[in-house]
Amino acid sequence: MAAAELLSIAAFKDGKFSQAFPSFGAERVGAPVMAFVRIDDKKIRTREDVQNPDYLIVQDYNLIGSVPVLDGLKPDGLILVNTELKPEELQLKTTAKVETIPATEIALEIIGRPIPNAIMIGAFCTITGLISLDAVQEAIMGKFPGRVGENNVAALERAHEIMQKR
Amino acid sequence: MLKQVEGSRAVAEVVAKCRPNVISAYPITPQTHIVEDLASIVGRGDLDAEYVNVESEFSAASVVLGASAAGARAYSATTSQGLLLMSEVIYCIAGMRLPIVFTIANRAISAPLSIWNDQQDSMALRDAGWIQLHAEDNQEAADLHIQAFKIAEETHLPVMVCMDGFILTHAFEPVDVPDQKEVDNFLPPFKPTNIVDPRWPRGIGLFADPRFYMETRYTLHRAMEKSEETIKKVSEGFAKAFGRDSGGFIKTYKLKDADVVVISMGSIVGTIKDLIDQLEEEGKKVGLLQICSYRPFPRREIYNSLKDKMNIVVVEKSISLGRGGILASDVRWSFPRAEKKDRNISSFIAGLGGRNITKNDLRYMVEKVEKEPVELEFLGLKKELISEKDL
Repeated sequence: MAAAELLSIAAFKDGKFSQAFPSFGAERVGAPVMAFVRIDDKKIRTREDVQNPDYLIVQDYNLIGSVPVLDGLKPDGLILVNTELKPEELQLKTTAKVETIPATEIALEIIGRPIPNAIMIGAFCTITGLISLDAVQEAIMGKFPGRVGENNVAALERAHEIMQKR
Repeated sequence: MLKQVEGSRAVAEVVAKCRPNVISAYPITPQTHIVEDLASIVGRGDLDAEYVNVESEFSAASVVLGASAAGARAYSATTSQGLLLMSEVIYCIAGMRLPIVFTIANRAISAPLSIWNDQQDSMALRDAGWIQLHAEDNQEAADLHIQAFKIAEETHLPVMVCMDGFILTHAFEPVDVPDQKEVDNFLPPFKPTNIVDPRWPRGIGLFADPRFYMETRYTLHRAMEKSEETIKKVSEGFAKAFGRDSGGFIKTYKLKDADVVVISMGSIVGTIKDLIDQLEEEGKKVGLLQICSYRPFPRREIYNSLKDKMNIVVVEKSISLGRGGILASDVRWSFPRAEKKDRNISSFIAGLGGRNITKNDLRYMVEKVEKEPVELEFLGLKKELISEKDL
């Protein structure tokens, strides 16, 4: 949910309308959860669940295979997975574009904790160009002032560099 | 200031700016973030209020009852089982004419346990003598709290601001949270008129034998009906002061030439508006009548707005078991029985226990009532899960 919240705040800072909400489950640390973000140029009124996302960010590679994560993803969409594997090694049955980034590894190195949010957001924004990195940085520093925020911004920048090289 | 913020946070910040003297609440999903944020605001010293931690919702309601009776501006928030546990006190608060404001983070009712959204909880307390205002989005949820204190204190009636649990409470979206000065200008300090004080011992709400009780009920009923004027006046004043429409009695969308009119309340109206726009592009004329004040019920506004409309469908997130749609019953009662016998008012129950309501579900509903009236139907019901032997 933190990643969805940050994406929606960053989109807002970029002058867009956005809506972020959790999957309304009984959330516990470590349990699989879903969170959704809508981004638009006009006010968002609908309150439907997101069932056919354009983009899918999978924060935990182990969910692939145990949860039907690809259900509903648009055929010309994008799936971004946190894994050390290459996109083709995932062998996903989808026509959507597949991208991967070892976000947990980078998080452990830069943040010191296995929290992949900033890296996944950085990779997502670099690939799609939907939200500016500046806005994400601002959102991160707003939510986590001080060292935690700075480390996450550093992780965000690393993700940006990695995806730009591809 | 316009910011991207969680609904619960926006409500907590706005409630704090209404300067309640006493807050008491018991945390329960999905209300939790509201009362946690308020506890932090009081804890940081940003609001000079007494925040009373209690062991149950019954006590929370009792604390704000006592505080209000002693002259404090008092606030609480709850949902679902918490509201039901409070119900005895809820009736007392109304009977004592205490101007307390509650947030209801609407949620389903047990059993079976469901933490997800519908509106059965506030519906269960609809006859208690509380004004009930329903928010469409988080901007309105925030704005309604400012209005609620003013309405409550002018009418001596308690107010519930109802916002859909999770769908609104946990959603991040843009909300203009007014600054302290704006709120202070609109909402003057509470001047209690009828309080209990140990220096002049007296009681309120104590005892009324058959010679007196019925008049208290009549008075409360008339006060509820009369609060219509205050609700409208406060909403108009709010629009003038803050530059945006929030609250009021009813709102309409593309009603003028509509062949079919959908009536509903709460966050679902956003999805309905999107559908109406889609259908318009396809050449269909569908309109919306949104209930903002559910109690008092906008009977005359509904009749006046829909006098010429012959095809009306009510979709609601609650049910009177053994009777059917509650809002649908209220709407049907809004039209004189003898007039226009061929007017159809259909009734759909949707979204119970957090079942997703899609535009496609609502499109099916509209297309169905275009063909024939529907006495009662559950939208998106999974027949394969129902066993005949249980019926």
